[in-house]
Amino acid sequence: MSLAKRIIPCLDCDNGRVVKGVKFVDIRDAGDPVEIAKRYCDQGADEITFLDITASSDDRSTTIQTVEAIASEVFIPLTVGGGIRKLQDIRNMLNAGADKVGINTSAVINPDFVREAAEHFGSQCIVVAIDAKCVSQPGETQRWEIFTHGGRKATGLDAIEWAQRMVNYGAGELLLTSMDRDGTKSGFDLELNRAISEAVSVPVIASGGVGNLQHLVDGIKIGKADAVLAASIFHFGEYTIPQAKTYLREHGIEVR
Amino acid sequence: MTHLAVIDYGMGNLHSVAKALEHVGARAGQTLRVDVSGDPAVLRSADRLIFPGVGAIRDCMAEIRRLGIDALLREQLQQKPVLAICVGMQALMQRSEENGGVDCIGLCEGNVRRFAFDARDAEGNVLKVPHMGWSPVRQTLAHPLWQGIADDERFYFVHSYYVDPAASVTVAGTSEYPQRFCAALAAPNLFAVQFHPEKSQRNGLQLLQNFLSWNGQA
Repeated sequence: MSLAKRIIPCLDCDNGRVVKGVKFVDIRDAGDPVEIAKRYCDQGADEITFLDITASSDDRSTTIQTVEAIASEVFIPLTVGGGIRKLQDIRNMLNAGADKVGINTSAVINPDFVREAAEHFGSQCIVVAIDAKCVSQPGETQRWEIFTHGGRKATGLDAIEWAQRMVNYGAGELLLTSMDRDGTKSGFDLELNRAISEAVSVPVIASGGVGNLQHLVDGIKIGKADAVLAASIFHFGEYTIPQAKTYLREHGIEVR
Repeated sequence: MTHLAVIDYGMGNLHSVAKALEHVGARAGQTLRVDVSGDPAVLRSADRLIFPGVGAIRDCMAEIRRLGIDALLREQLQQKPVLAICVGMQALMQRSEENGGVDCIGLCEGNVRRFAFDARDAEGNVLKVPHMGWSPVRQTLAHPLWQGIADDERFYFVHSYYVDPAASVTVAGTSEYPQRFCAALAAPNLFAVQFHPEKSQRNGLQLLQNFLSWNGQA
């Protein structure tokens, strides 16, 4: 027995409710985040990721209350992302009971923020979220670029170079989302995941596109992911965490 | 009422451990007071101490020395049970390789080393550092803190450095990544763990509950 591959359910929250959109439209309500987090924890989830996607406001008080409520009942690692722009935002989330924070757009706008955050709070609690999209033409060597604003805004940054840079700046883990696959249920971008995972020394969480349990296996075996993140397959009752673990175990993957 | 104090020396997130202790106390119907404090008076008045730690050892040790936590721990270990967690465990040793080499408190003989840069798993993949996630812990010592926890149960780890104890230290549990390392050590009034019991769900909460009723003897 050795280190288990992790299954991480993700709660995308808008104004205190869990939602999940398909490519950020058609948002369906999936319920109360505290109840859902507790259910996943009881089912054996290895961590919980909470993403605040509330676009309308800078006021994070709802998020802080929700994180506090989750952290009082859930005793597995909790990562909180969305709207993390300043050291004070990180401090607020850690004080509310988060164990790690996810930094996304702010890292692109100001890469030094990641360095400062890692120096202040330690790499172990800094997860850099990377949203990448394939930009090469068919037949070319595959290239991926970093996008922000839900995949709408190109940055010109090469995804592999960016991932390495973020690790050099102190990211303790990368949360890698394929914007081509997110919400499509067609599986992870395995080439992207493998390229990043083999290029960095820290754990990589694969995200974006899970539609069935074989996708999780592929993400780990082919995509070389250390952990797999999924939302809708769990929220809408298609699969439970124990089903996912059993499936992974049957395919030779060590799980908790 | 049991009075617990989580030693706060300004390094990172101590709320998780305080919340987990409160939860365990409530679950056991025990009246618990949990203070998160760096005030020597508060720490001296507590019945039990938790010595947590996250982040870089150099910064941790600087604050530990500045606040006199090293001397206080030495004194308090004569009187009451202490649970050290993660970097708290590492800080008890003599010296750490981290940050180019840092002298630690030296309550336990041995050093703190980094995981190898080029270690590989059974399938030939490079092992990622930090060692992050759920690994099994082999209990190498019968101890009240393992009560109700089966051998080889998994706990949540997140660390790049591990304790390499001298022969004088009693190892209470080991894990592997991929080499075997010390995941828990025990001494009179001291239990130290590399993993995070406050994040290790059922097994971690059980260990915390065991600590609440531990008399400090092995």
